[in-house]
Amino acid sequence: MGFLRRYLRNPGAAIGLVLLLLVLAMAGSADLLYPRDPLALAGRPLQWPFQNARFLLGTDASGRDIAAQIFHGARISLLIGFVATIVAIALGIIVGAVAGYYGGLIDDLLMRVTEAFQTVPSFLLLLVLVAVFGSSIVTVTLAIGIVSWPAPARLARAEFLTLRNREFVQACRTLGLRDSAIIFREILPNAMPPLIVYASVVMALAILLESALAFLNLSDPNVASWGNLIGHGRGVLRTQWYVSAIPGVAILLTVLAVSLVGQGLNDALNPRLKPR
Amino acid sequence: MRILGLALRRLAASVPTLLIILAGLFLLLQLAPGDTVDALVAQMGGGDPAMIGELRRFYGLDAPVLAQLMNYLWRLVRLDLGYSAIYGKPVVAVILERLPATLLLMVSALSFAFAAGMALGVVAARRVNQWPDTLISTLGLIFYATPSFWFGLMGIVVFAVWLGWLPPGGFETIGSGYTGIDRAIDIALHLVLPTVTLALIFLAIYLRIMRASMLEVLTLDFVRTARAKGLAEHGVVRRHVLRNALLPMVTLIGLQAGTMLGGSVVVESVFALPGLGRLAYESVVQRDLNTLLGIVFVSALLVIVINFLVDIAYARLDPRIGSQT
Amino acid sequence: MSAASEPLLRIERLSVRLPKGADRAHAVRALELEAHANEILCIVGESGSGKSMAANAIMRLLPPGVRVESGRILFEGRDLLSVSEAEMREIRGGRIAMVFQEPMTALNPLRTIGDQIGEMFRIHTRLGRREIEARVLALLEEVRIPDPAASARAYPHELSGGQRQRAMIAMALALEPRVLIADEPTTALDVTTQAQILALIRDLQRRNGMAVLFITHDFGVVAEIADRVAVMQNGELVEEGPVRELLEAPRHPYTRQLLAAVPSLVPPAPKPVADAPALTVKDLTKVFRTGGFLGRGVRVTRALDRVSLSLPKGATLGIVGESGSGKSTMARCIVRLLDPDEGTIRIGDVDVTAMSKRELRAERRRVQMVFQDPFASLNPRRRAGDLVAQGPIAHGTPRKEALAKARELFALVGLDPASVDRYPHEFSGGQRQRIGLARALALEPEILVADEPVSALDVSVQAQVLQLLADLKSRLGLSMLFVTHDLRVAAQICDLVAVMHDGRVVETGPAATVFTEPRHEYTRALIDAIPGRRWSERIAAGEVSPAALAEVAPSEPRRRGIP
Repeated sequence: MGFLRRYLRNPGAAIGLVLLLLVLAMAGSADLLYPRDPLALAGRPLQWPFQNARFLLGTDASGRDIAAQIFHGARISLLIGFVATIVAIALGIIVGAVAGYYGGLIDDLLMRVTEAFQTVPSFLLLLVLVAVFGSSIVTVTLAIGIVSWPAPARLARAEFLTLRNREFVQACRTLGLRDSAIIFREILPNAMPPLIVYASVVMALAILLESALAFLNLSDPNVASWGNLIGHGRGVLRTQWYVSAIPGVAILLTVLAVSLVGQGLNDALNPRLKPR
Repeated sequence: MRILGLALRRLAASVPTLLIILAGLFLLLQLAPGDTVDALVAQMGGGDPAMIGELRRFYGLDAPVLAQLMNYLWRLVRLDLGYSAIYGKPVVAVILERLPATLLLMVSALSFAFAAGMALGVVAARRVNQWPDTLISTLGLIFYATPSFWFGLMGIVVFAVWLGWLPPGGFETIGSGYTGIDRAIDIALHLVLPTVTLALIFLAIYLRIMRASMLEVLTLDFVRTARAKGLAEHGVVRRHVLRNALLPMVTLIGLQAGTMLGGSVVVESVFALPGLGRLAYESVVQRDLNTLLGIVFVSALLVIVINFLVDIAYARLDPRIGSQT
Repeated sequence: MSAASEPLLRIERLSVRLPKGADRAHAVRALELEAHANEILCIVGESGSGKSMAANAIMRLLPPGVRVESGRILFEGRDLLSVSEAEMREIRGGRIAMVFQEPMTALNPLRTIGDQIGEMFRIHTRLGRREIEARVLALLEEVRIPDPAASARAYPHELSGGQRQRAMIAMALALEPRVLIADEPTTALDVTTQAQILALIRDLQRRNGMAVLFITHDFGVVAEIADRVAVMQNGELVEEGPVRELLEAPRHPYTRQLLAAVPSLVPPAPKPVADAPALTVKDLTKVFRTGGFLGRGVRVTRALDRVSLSLPKGATLGIVGESGSGKSTMARCIVRLLDPDEGTIRIGDVDVTAMSKRELRAERRRVQMVFQDPFASLNPRRRAGDLVAQGPIAHGTPRKEALAKARELFALVGLDPASVDRYPHEFSGGQRQRIGLARALALEPEILVADEPVSALDVSVQAQVLQLLADLKSRLGLSMLFVTHDLRVAAQICDLVAVMHDGRVVETGPAATVFTEPRHEYTRALIDAIPGRRWSERIAAGEVSPAALAEVAPSEPRRRGIP
């Protein structure tokens, strides 16, 4: 596989992949290693990490196992990040493809809507959506997807705009191919690499958005979430700072992993830009 | 003149955008469970159906949806954002009280992120693939991946709790009675941590874009021309590369303005700053939708104004803009 | 020749190494060249011959990864390859100056012309601001730019291509350098502008007595400007000599092959053309509206202004003109990539302008197009065979049958039928153009519209593709609309020629008549501007033995690497 070799030649990308696999493994093994509800009382509150073998990462102010919350939180972060990214990229491709390929009035209209979404600060819009529709895990995920689509839409539109005027697309039109065939079979495969790379940016931001929402206690309170744990730790920040510090490192490493994988994909998908 | 005309035209173009936003917000409001009257009634601790019906009529909530939308838009044109039941005064008044802190925070964070991102980006690009580049790029990646609220909390632990150099939160020292320059210094000290916290992710973005943009411009033909003229490398960078490489950075300010306002919600909550973002958070918690939507409206206006300024800056930097007329 | 004089610049056994992974080890190998004062030395070669690399090596401005491996470059008693970077900076611009191919991108878009020319003085001299301004103005006058004072204040995008190149030349000449290196300085320009710039360079060189190293791929330009010529192939010098000798009695087979591939300017004897039209265009108008928002600042371009044309069955009609003449818009309207605003297009006797989208889709197969860019016109993610089979499949042919037909078509256009499974990037430029042709032929069209099909190709490959087009056209009984800016190509392949200028057809008629007795003033200007015209006419008149040129047949195209 030339692709995998090209990808792994970049040390940053390799590190990112290892990190991402590690987080995935944590998410996958959460139920095996910590079968109990991570949000239930587990022991004496505020034990420091590495002091009690039962609670490797210590306990928080409510006596909950931090390690269990970290493992279960990995699931939520990845799940929300992934689903929201799919929603955002899919919406973005549809809007961008239609706007970029057809141009004219439809383009104007769709771009105005995109602009409207970009003019409203996305985190504020997220707050409004959560305030209106509630903060179950489903609504939070969808809301994050909905506030994240404009940038991929612009990217998709730009790609379609340039590719539409490329000679190979014009050739397909003179051959009498249908618009749908041209959009999906000719242009989209060529527009995909930058969108795939951008998906990693969307996912990184989605994970950060979810953690910020959870930190403010506005995400689903019934699931273990890293952001939520950091928020809980605020009360004991001056003395037991580790409660907030540990989940922060987890978020940092996960987002870093996603970004590194994205950069690696970028270099592997666009081999000509490699010398950078 | 050319620049102003161009920017004004762009400003006019944002009117339909604003209309779409308002219509969207209005629709969301329709979808929300409970309306103004419900909030009022809840505030009053309940009321009889006849009075509720009376109130609905009073607020025009029994009219058809389209008429209500028109009514809503007309109120916004007069900058009437409604009444905040929680704060007991008009939403405009509440927002205006909170605006200065947010503006101050944004301007300082933006300046810091832009200046530092640009400087680091230039250094990284000039030492591409050598250790300064690797170091700066790695730092950029880490900054990008750091959740701002967490960075803020850790900043408080280190600089306020352990070292005691900076205040842990607030806009100024309450009851200190500082005036003039002392007060300015006091506020500045309070803003150091929030500024760095809010700027962090943008610093990472600016640094990455500046580096990429420099590298891109360095491959262009006119750079070869400049070298062929006998210009030394630092002259090539200063006189030919820098200004061209700045163009995408300037565009980015406009694109990121909204994101930065959104980021201030979290940062202001962490540092207990009396700003717009914290107000937004409070109104979500207290289910004060009137205030929340008012903030969204004002933020959208703010973003439009920032983009107007960015357009002017861009047109000043790039003579090609709008010259076809 | 001024052979007695000491050479100004002397290249001794210069080898330039390419980075690992390039298609060959050396860009330049053991190059020996001398440039004398008072002469123009042309370095000619096809793409990848190393001619530009040699020029960049002199300036020590090689791209990253490329380095000089061995050799010396002697200039004014010093070896340029061993002087310090500070000394080299003084030489660059001051003693040796350079002019590049793309006058648009070679100038900084954000600074005025005057500022960029003035920078030469600011780098190399201690002149005051006023003195610099005066010098800049004088320079702009010297290169005969219209309204020098306004041009000095203008930004690059506000000038035309020719004016920008004049500004570049003014910049290069600012400090009266001893050597001027011009790297394809007229390639991006229209033919009439090219003629003016060539005359300017020649004129300035005579007056300043400097040595000019002129790099080009075009033998017409060589004939126009050179005193001495060096021919390069794959990084090596194959032949060198005075221009007359080299053009009229070339010794090396490669030189002869290149010269033989240059299309003659004299059209072949006219063939009779049919009366029945395959395609009729009447009063075709296309207006573009660009820029403008909210009804302000709209710029209206009349790309086509009531154009009428007729393409007889079995004939080739050439549409010639400079950039912006509307020739490409015309081609795109005829294949309906663009919708004309007014006028009619008839194929045979069917009016295609009045058709619905559905009807048009079926009708499209009767007119097919060959595109200009062999790299952009093929989807990089599809196999060559699929690309060719695509059209028939869209029109209902079963996939298997279409693929079988693609193999036949590959053989027809001179490609290996086994290569249908390969991807476009595995083919050379000429081969890609053949795939494009096969794709167009797959729908068995009646009319072929070729939009600059050979302008992106090297001259030897160009000759083969033109030959193939002509062969297939007569074998398959096609009618062809051939759009080109290159009058030499038009003279060779077209039965009829229509000359376009500013969206109108100014002259039309049999190629032989238009080229030998042009009636319209613009046509005359165009033909006068063709580089190397007198040289071609001498060949045609038999003053030069064409036998020496024709005896070498063009060889198979070389596989081209990414430039």
